[in-house]
Amino acid sequence: MDWLFFGEISLAGLAMGGLYALIALGFVIIYKATRVINFAIGEIMMFAAYLFLAFAGGMEMSPWIALPLAVIGGSILGGVIEKTMIRPMLGESPISVVMVTIGIASILVGLVEFVWTADPQLLPNFLPREPVFIGELYLAPKIAYGFLIGSALLIVYLLYFRFSRGGVALRATASDQAAAYSMGINVRRVFNMAWVFGSLAASLAGVLVAATGGLSPQFGIIGLSVLVVVIVGGLDSILGALVAGVFIGWLETVAGAYLGGEYRMPATFLVLAIILVIRPYGLFGTHEIERV
Amino acid sequence: MRIGDAKQSYEADEAIWTSQTQKLWLGFFLLILLVFPFVVDSYLLYLGCLVGIAVISTTGLNILTGFTGLISLGQAGFMGVGAYTVAWLSINTALPFPVTLVLAGLMAAAVGILVGLPSLRVKGLYLAIATLAASVFLHFIFAEWESVTGGMGGLSLEPAHLFGLTFQSDFMMYFIIVPLAVLMVLAARNVFRTRIGRAFIAIRDRDISAEILGINLLRYKLMSFALSSFYAGIAGGLFAYFYRVVTPESFPLSMSIFYLAAVIVGGMGNLLGGILGAAFMTLVPEALKLLTAALTPFYPNAPVFMSPMLEIIFGALIVGFLIFEPHGLAEIWHRIRRFFRLWPFRN
Repeated sequence: MDWLFFGEISLAGLAMGGLYALIALGFVIIYKATRVINFAIGEIMMFAAYLFLAFAGGMEMSPWIALPLAVIGGSILGGVIEKTMIRPMLGESPISVVMVTIGIASILVGLVEFVWTADPQLLPNFLPREPVFIGELYLAPKIAYGFLIGSALLIVYLLYFRFSRGGVALRATASDQAAAYSMGINVRRVFNMAWVFGSLAASLAGVLVAATGGLSPQFGIIGLSVLVVVIVGGLDSILGALVAGVFIGWLETVAGAYLGGEYRMPATFLVLAIILVIRPYGLFGTHEIERV
Repeated sequence: MRIGDAKQSYEADEAIWTSQTQKLWLGFFLLILLVFPFVVDSYLLYLGCLVGIAVISTTGLNILTGFTGLISLGQAGFMGVGAYTVAWLSINTALPFPVTLVLAGLMAAAVGILVGLPSLRVKGLYLAIATLAASVFLHFIFAEWESVTGGMGGLSLEPAHLFGLTFQSDFMMYFIIVPLAVLMVLAARNVFRTRIGRAFIAIRDRDISAEILGINLLRYKLMSFALSSFYAGIAGGLFAYFYRVVTPESFPLSMSIFYLAAVIVGGMGNLLGGILGAAFMTLVPEALKLLTAALTPFYPNAPVFMSPMLEIIFGALIVGFLIFEPHGLAEIWHRIRRFFRLWPFRN
């Protein structure tokens, strides 16, 4: 076995996993606050990446201005989706809400194809090009710098949700909505903010992933990998999102490199199936006890 | 206004068709179905066959999702199992097509039971994701098990034969698909008059309460999975005979979502809704194609925008129905009927 090759593949996988962790964090924030499983997260990422393409490629802005603009655009999209389409579904069965997000995903794909056509696009390169070596291991620069930017936001998020007023409000809402409401927390605002922050994380990750792998209306399929991550980690666990994100990213890349690209999805879904049978609530998720 | 409707026996109360008028309309509808292939052109005939297949599959998914409350993202995978079974059997054996179709249904039901096994341990959205995993695995098997499924190239099969007839044209296929669709919807209607069907509904309404009432959850959930995938398998088998080519890409995830959308748009837990939803969702893209063709002389770019428009309309239909008309087309239908039934005395 070629350990150097394995090391390089693993490193690339771990870096990709860092981005998965960021997306999964966005997913978990939305789930924790609003109990909505967001099947449209991949499409929100895609939408932000196309916005970046429009700002940086079409309008020829500097990528470092286009990136924040695209991320803000993606977060606004999340907030608008919550206000207009998720809020009216409050109290409906989870199945219906999930179907609404699937419908939203379809609408976003259609909109993107409408504006940018169905052809694959390349994002203008904005990350440094010098190859990165960690010890002897080579890492593609786009992946390395993508990982760094992603982790920076990840750390900001973790600190924010641990210490800030907004973070405490979110965690309070997640643990008991009625109690949080009676303590004067504006639960509606928390719902909306959760969507905005969740979409923000997804948008940044979307631009970074698209910068390494290209962009097309099928980009949203990455949402399926994220779904695996959050189920394996536990839908309501931030720690789970981090651990499972890194692990699934690694597994997917290694399976793709050693077995071939067609094995990527089955490999991760196999882990998903095993977890669903052994620990349905995920590695770190809360086991909910149901009462009649 | 309808009068003289007092029921005097349990049989009358349980009857599917409660009035003479209803039977009359039903007979009229069946007559139209019978005459339809003789009077329409080949395009409408093709659409009729498509709707028939969609009705069977949607009814199957409705049994699982609408009546048992188990959401499934694997319907396309189960249809694929049926289609591949039919294709393999018709290439490698000399079995007549009714036998291959039934075997396709049974094979899909067996896979359905396997996929349903986690349903005792996980439910709701977790179950949806388990079925999603199943459809990923099935797609993988379709694409990679080349000795049986022909890999990415898929399988091509001969038209169905029976009693010296060759079911090659859409016209001939219509007379397999539509009677089968009518039969299978009727069968589903009857299931919900039995203990099994009632158990499904009880599980949907509250599974824990149902278990306390003595319903064996695992058994009935698996039964629902089996029944639903049996329908999917038959629909898949018909799909195989209709297009006579089966590839892994014939059954993408978006197809599972399509059927789920058909159930929702039609009305969850309502067989009439399933029929309406299947027909509606199949015909909307075709209507859009017609519209595009009509617009092309004025806007030469129209065909370019058709596929994105379709995605948007598809999504908007799902979101719109869930927000504004959660009971679907069936509810609209009932509202119209109520209007006529109460006619002079409304308000």
